[in-house]
Amino acid sequence: MSNSNFTRRGALKAGALAGAGLSLPTLLRADGGYMNAPTGSSVTLGFNVPQTGPYADEGADELRAFELAVEHLNGGGDGGMMNTFSSKELTGNGILGKKVEYVTGDTQTKSDAARASAKSMIEKDGAVMISGGSSSGVAVAVQGLCQEAGIIFMAGLTHSNDTTGKDKKANGFRHFFNGYMSAAALAPVLKNLYGTDRNAYHLTADYTWGWTQEESIAAATEAMGWNTVNKVRTPLAATDFSSYIAPVLNSGADVLVLNHYGGNMVNSLTNAVQFGLRDKMVNGKNFEIVVPLYSRLMAKGAGANVKGIHGSTNWHWSLQDDASKAFVKSFGTKYGFPPSQAAHTCYVQTLLYADAAQRAGTFNPCGIVEALEGFEFDGLGNGPTLYRADDHQCFKDVLVVRGKENPTSEFDLLEVVEVTPRAQVEYAPDHPMFAGGALGSCNPGA
Amino acid sequence: MDAILLQILNGLDKGSAYALIALGLTLIFGTLGVVNFAHGALFMIGAFCAVTVQRIFNISFETIDPSQKDFLGNPLKVKTTYLEHWFGPEMGGSIIDWSVPLAILFAIPVMVAVGFIMERGLIKHFYKRPHADQILVTFGLAIVLQEIIKYFYGANPIPTGAPEVFRGSFDFGVLIGFDPNAIIYPYWRLVYFGFAALIISSVFAFLQFTTFGMVVRAGMADRETVGLLGININKRFTIMFGIAAAVAGLAGVMYAPINSPNYHMGMDFLVLSFVVVVVGGMGSLPGAVLAGFLLGVLESFASMNEIKSILPGIDQIIIYVVAIIILLTRPRGLMGRKGVMEE
Repeated sequence: MSNSNFTRRGALKAGALAGAGLSLPTLLRADGGYMNAPTGSSVTLGFNVPQTGPYADEGADELRAFELAVEHLNGGGDGGMMNTFSSKELTGNGILGKKVEYVTGDTQTKSDAARASAKSMIEKDGAVMISGGSSSGVAVAVQGLCQEAGIIFMAGLTHSNDTTGKDKKANGFRHFFNGYMSAAALAPVLKNLYGTDRNAYHLTADYTWGWTQEESIAAATEAMGWNTVNKVRTPLAATDFSSYIAPVLNSGADVLVLNHYGGNMVNSLTNAVQFGLRDKMVNGKNFEIVVPLYSRLMAKGAGANVKGIHGSTNWHWSLQDDASKAFVKSFGTKYGFPPSQAAHTCYVQTLLYADAAQRAGTFNPCGIVEALEGFEFDGLGNGPTLYRADDHQCFKDVLVVRGKENPTSEFDLLEVVEVTPRAQVEYAPDHPMFAGGALGSCNPGA
Repeated sequence: MDAILLQILNGLDKGSAYALIALGLTLIFGTLGVVNFAHGALFMIGAFCAVTVQRIFNISFETIDPSQKDFLGNPLKVKTTYLEHWFGPEMGGSIIDWSVPLAILFAIPVMVAVGFIMERGLIKHFYKRPHADQILVTFGLAIVLQEIIKYFYGANPIPTGAPEVFRGSFDFGVLIGFDPNAIIYPYWRLVYFGFAALIISSVFAFLQFTTFGMVVRAGMADRETVGLLGININKRFTIMFGIAAAVAGLAGVMYAPINSPNYHMGMDFLVLSFVVVVVGGMGSLPGAVLAGFLLGVLESFASMNEIKSILPGIDQIIIYVVAIIILLTRPRGLMGRKGVMEE
């Protein structure tokens, strides 16, 4: 006979005690009525960017922008866009008088890794806000995590319609534009350049961003009279696109739309140029290539192949408004080269979060949500901008750009062809491309 | 018909890269018995030899041009390469333009040295260890090598162009009686295919027609007996490791204009190349080459819209499906020998 006094009831009690003990740090952090309420003289922001993997260079640029934003928030440097921002709440005294500190995580451009690093920054470091990222898959995953945890997510570079469409969340906000906006800005320019009688062939990266980009640009070009010859999905891991490019030659298409980003875009565009598509005449017209989403950092990888090719971008360092000039000056003086669009959106998101907290008078996510919803602002580089309450998407001007024929430096790869006004890229909150999902209500996490 | 021919051509250049990497892998496995997962990294280092030579050729000095402004509004610093300064814009420009072919001269000693250091410094300690240990250590080494490259060259792809004369494409269809524009093929891919054929033939000729090669082949067949004859087979095998590294490196150098090199490109090829080796038959050099071209062509065919409309997603799995079918019907691969990797 055993003399052990171990009982099921005892085990349950011990488990309950252990659970309570483990959750104690979280309970303590929720002492302001919300998750990770800062109690000391500082507040911690979490910057979750790709520090390894294929988008590490873009992540590094995001991190530079975050560091610059923190420096400006704490009163360092020349203040950058804080001087041009229409809201004058930020005075260089941190946020709500608390010094801004930050922690960083590595998303590796993988959803699981990004969630793990965000979770760590929330639970171990007490971050009140998570920002950054270079992929829509990652943004959607981290946004979901932040919603569950009761933390604000200020998305970095994410262009899929889904981020503020079917996967939108009350705690998530996107300053960056989306696939629909790219298409709405590009279509009229393409119409003027190439006419209405065109046959388009789409090569599309087979994941959330590619699907929504393809849907958006196909709808916009079909609406102006173009015929869509084919839509071909390519594996995200593909490196050589020659076998996908070859069928384009005999398809009757006279335009190739590359719904690719990053390494995919670099390789597919390079392959398309190698196969002489740009020198071809089809249906009595010059064959054309379109890259709906451009990135200067990525365009650099494609070298001379980008020359003369049109696309869209969220922001470009060559803009001559006071805000853009102020940001380029701050960033360029500190780092020696101009910022990317990823850096711009991350810098702006940090200022917008800080300003919202300042105006709300709290770091409570629900206060931040209330302050950002419907917020109209200017002076951050894209003209008058609205953070729409219905879906937490920013609405602002969009840039149509073209690969520059005669660049004067390694940064001078794109030239702005047109600044498409905000009104042209707006859409109804219940637009079918953004249907499904619900914003829900803000979660303070306590 | 033209679409089929075009996909065969596409498959041949893709297969060339697979065959060259798989050839090196098989050389190392056949001689040293090592499953070298760092072989893809050697391909990647080769491509970065081309990038390095391009950068060396583009080393510049700066002059101030007050008539132009940089992004901060300061007078623009205009860069002029030393090569153009020394030899004139035409001659200097031509040397820079030919940086990829010239990088072959740079890559051969670099790759042999990298192979030698890799083999003597790390891999030789794992000759008698199980294959699982070899895979783990070489896979780790591959990650270390790619992180080193990323540290120095960044994560973004780096454009490394072919010489001007080989840029663009030609109408292959017209040459064989098809309509114009039916089969367009880039010049540089044809160069790559020819280069791969040359390297593969050279390796086979070296092994077949030289005394060194004869000894190596004998060592691959029966290492112990060759050793008993007083021949230092280990030394020859180390040299073969260097040759295999150079083959992978040269494949990488010439691949640089096809797709801009990035630090991860070795991993992209590694898994496929291993499938090629297994399908060809472990230790079989002709098998590796045959399987490389076969799988390259099949991969291209699987990307055809006509095939994808019947079997969606087949382009992503075709190589593995073929590998399963071949291994089920011919467990030793297409040209595998009895006793290799078998207890």
